[in-house]
Amino acid sequence: MFWPIFLRVITSGDLWQASLQFAALLLLPALGGVISERSGVVNIAMEGMMLIGCYVGVVVTLASHSVLVGLLAAIVAGGLLALVHGVVSIHLKADQIISGIAINVAALGLTNYLNIVQTGGQGIPTLASNLRLPVLNWGPLAQLPFLGQVLFQQNVVFYVTIVILVGLQFLLFRTNLGLRIRAVGEHPQAADTAGVSVRLIRYACVVASGLLSGLAGAFLALGVAGTFNSNMTAGRGFIALAAVVFGKYTPLGAAGACLIFGLGLALSVRLQDTGIDSNLLATLPYILTIIALIGLVGRTVAPAADGVPYEPGSAE
Amino acid sequence: MHEQDKAPLAQAASPDLAASPYAVEMRDICKAWPGVVANDHVNLRVRRGEIHALVGENGAGKTTLMNILYGLVRPDSGEIYINGERVHISGPRDAIRLHIGMVHQHFMLIPPLTVAENIVLGQEPGGPLAVYDRRRARELVLQLSARYGLPIDPDTRIEKLSVGLQQRVEILKALYRAADILILDEPTGVLTPQETYELFDVLRALSRQGKTVIFITHKLREVLDLTDRVTVLRRGRNVGELVTREANQAEIARLMVGREVLLRVEKRPARPGPVVLRVENLHASSDRGLEALQGVSFEVHAGEILGIAGVEGNGQSELVEVLSGMRRATAGRVTVTHASGQQIGKTYDITSMNAREVRLVGVAHIPEDRRGSGLVLSDTIESNTILGRERWPRFAWARFILRLGEVALWARRLVREFDVRTPSTRLPVRALSGGNQQKVIVAREFAADPQLLIAAQPTRGVDIGAIEFIHRRLVEQRDAGKAILLVSAELDEIRSLSDRIAVMYEGRIVDIVTPEASEEELGLLMTGGRPSGASREEEAQTTGDLGA
Ligand SMILES: Nc1ncnc2c1ncn2[C@@H]1O[C@H](COP(=O)(O)OP(=O)(O)O)[C@@H](O)[C@H]1O
Ligand SMILES: [Mg+2]
Repeated sequence: MFWPIFLRVITSGDLWQASLQFAALLLLPALGGVISERSGVVNIAMEGMMLIGCYVGVVVTLASHSVLVGLLAAIVAGGLLALVHGVVSIHLKADQIISGIAINVAALGLTNYLNIVQTGGQGIPTLASNLRLPVLNWGPLAQLPFLGQVLFQQNVVFYVTIVILVGLQFLLFRTNLGLRIRAVGEHPQAADTAGVSVRLIRYACVVASGLLSGLAGAFLALGVAGTFNSNMTAGRGFIALAAVVFGKYTPLGAAGACLIFGLGLALSVRLQDTGIDSNLLATLPYILTIIALIGLVGRTVAPAADGVPYEPGSAE
Repeated sequence: MHEQDKAPLAQAASPDLAASPYAVEMRDICKAWPGVVANDHVNLRVRRGEIHALVGENGAGKTTLMNILYGLVRPDSGEIYINGERVHISGPRDAIRLHIGMVHQHFMLIPPLTVAENIVLGQEPGGPLAVYDRRRARELVLQLSARYGLPIDPDTRIEKLSVGLQQRVEILKALYRAADILILDEPTGVLTPQETYELFDVLRALSRQGKTVIFITHKLREVLDLTDRVTVLRRGRNVGELVTREANQAEIARLMVGREVLLRVEKRPARPGPVVLRVENLHASSDRGLEALQGVSFEVHAGEILGIAGVEGNGQSELVEVLSGMRRATAGRVTVTHASGQQIGKTYDITSMNAREVRLVGVAHIPEDRRGSGLVLSDTIESNTILGRERWPRFAWARFILRLGEVALWARRLVREFDVRTPSTRLPVRALSGGNQQKVIVAREFAADPQLLIAAQPTRGVDIGAIEFIHRRLVEQRDAGKAILLVSAELDEIRSLSDRIAVMYEGRIVDIVTPEASEEELGLLMTGGRPSGASREEEAQTTGDLGA
């Protein structure tokens, strides 16, 4: 009973299409995590920023009748929330974990509250298809067997994500700005004395992580779900956090980790017909995580000054 | 003598600059940290093209003053003039724009990045948004390195370089940013004597090319050897501005410390007793698996100081680690015989004991790495004074529960006896200056009433006031009948304290001589009989060429 279904599932285009979509949803906040941590600011609030992105995206889309405006609003909302994290951890030098937890809790409570107050507990209706982020039309390519479905019938944000992935990998490891970002994350004193503005770089990177998380929120709410539900991010921001670490703080590494998680998520959905308990199936992505961690990744080392506020003039 | 060489250059540079002869003038600088005034109306005037020494004991405020000049610290008040013009420096970027460069005491290098990346960081060819041009960066570094005669391989990662070469990268970093005023904060603290000579040559050459150098140190010999003028700070205030040629060591020392300082240790001839430490044919490997000790044998008697001299990296560190139970010997034997006390005459074989066991049989150890293995920096002075003895009945009930009152009393007693300058014994050790940190270790180790005291680099990075104090205490311990093994990279220290000097070279004791041996003779032995300086230079050369 199990094996035939398993074989059918694993070879179906459905599964791989869903895997890639789930992976891209995780990858956006993970890329945000990579850039923030590379600059030396720990950001565990991608979950909250993503959730805010979901909510603001849907509400603004409904109000403006334009998904484009909603998308931009979602990105900006994520960025603004990240700016709060930036002020707290860069300017006020507060504990970055605590700030992150606070943002996650606040985002969850706030979106819940506003959602209930606004709709009188009815919930937001599903968006009309012209108010959603569309699947990109690749014409004949989409008709290819298997590959067409997997690669060429994805949401437009999926392709944006791939562009961002490549761009960020290039930015971090091939450009002067990337050199500065890595320097600031490794040894802010050294970067500062060399004439690099530690604050500017860190703010920019933290805000970038918020913009990416906001985009992920829009992807989820406006592209995949077409509505807003309470806590609809369901921990994706945290899985992204794990992907950052497993990916050794590189964009490509994080992408690899997200692919594995995405596959796990998709499998746990598609294998429900096999009669395996669905709760058990839901643990699959995490079991895959652990296997990947043991087998493929090895030791990962965070940037040396990750999470340490910068104090000019303190030599040690 | 180099003063004459560079005079024309300095003049040639001046007409287009302001009329002021001073490259740097700092007036009435004040800076208070919580609880301490680091700079109290300090004035500093540095002439264009000179090498200017800024001296003072640890905590005198030298680093603070230079951090202000480099924009890392904001002064509470005061004015800064560069080439006669009033300037406001609110960050390193301003300082760089004013052609000020600084080599910090703790290097500002990023270990996983390459030499070239570290040098061009912040001023990469092409600007921030461009693609990092590895070949161009490499070229620029090589040009710079050729122009100033500072060979370096641009593609090596910083973490692979020796301390001396890292410092070279720091200097190149400043020169890449077109520094005309170069600040070096205690640059020789981490260098071997040979590296120090090389650095001096480099600085003299830079000064001949018209650069102004501010050189922070508390080693008087270096002041006299290298600099043109001296500014002395004491407890945050100016106490003197001298022309080096007209000054002498004793005078500068008196200004720094505020009283007469005995630069030479006064001691009576030793009256050696029975053998306490016996080392026989000891072998051990280094961290990298090389044979660091290749059959070392010697003895230390009660009531004598045996000094171990040698260029660093010839097995001294490994020897001390084996003797103190921190490293396993691969062959040989080490014994400690009590020469006094209740267990007089008893011999312990400590060859394969661990650090705790070695302490229990009467060996005290002042480690060379005081921050890494001598102290728990974030812990209080109190805790640090009982480190390694926290289970003694005196300090703990049933070995587990600390008797905090006793510990506090004990810490206060040691702090008083050993003149540790601190407002409270509850402060973390990190808050103390280097000299006072070292005094905490010395106090703790002496108070153990050991049979054998191993002192490794006991005065490294410590100011002269504290050096004098520690030296005096070491001689006192000797006269009280302890056996003392002194390992130091400072030849002066070895010669003035030791009763016998063992010279180590490539994992062996090549000779044991009297302290009357000349510096040349010792230098020759330290380099394996070759003319002194030759071997280090070769090494620097090969490291510099790695992979190039
Ligand atoms: N960032 C800082 N915060 C608090 N106190 C400091 C700081 N930097 C230096 N100090 C204090 O200022 C005094 C002068 O220190 P410093 O300028 O480092 O002296 P020096 O370089 O002459 O050894 C010391 O008492 C030191 O503890
Ligand atoms: Mg200093």
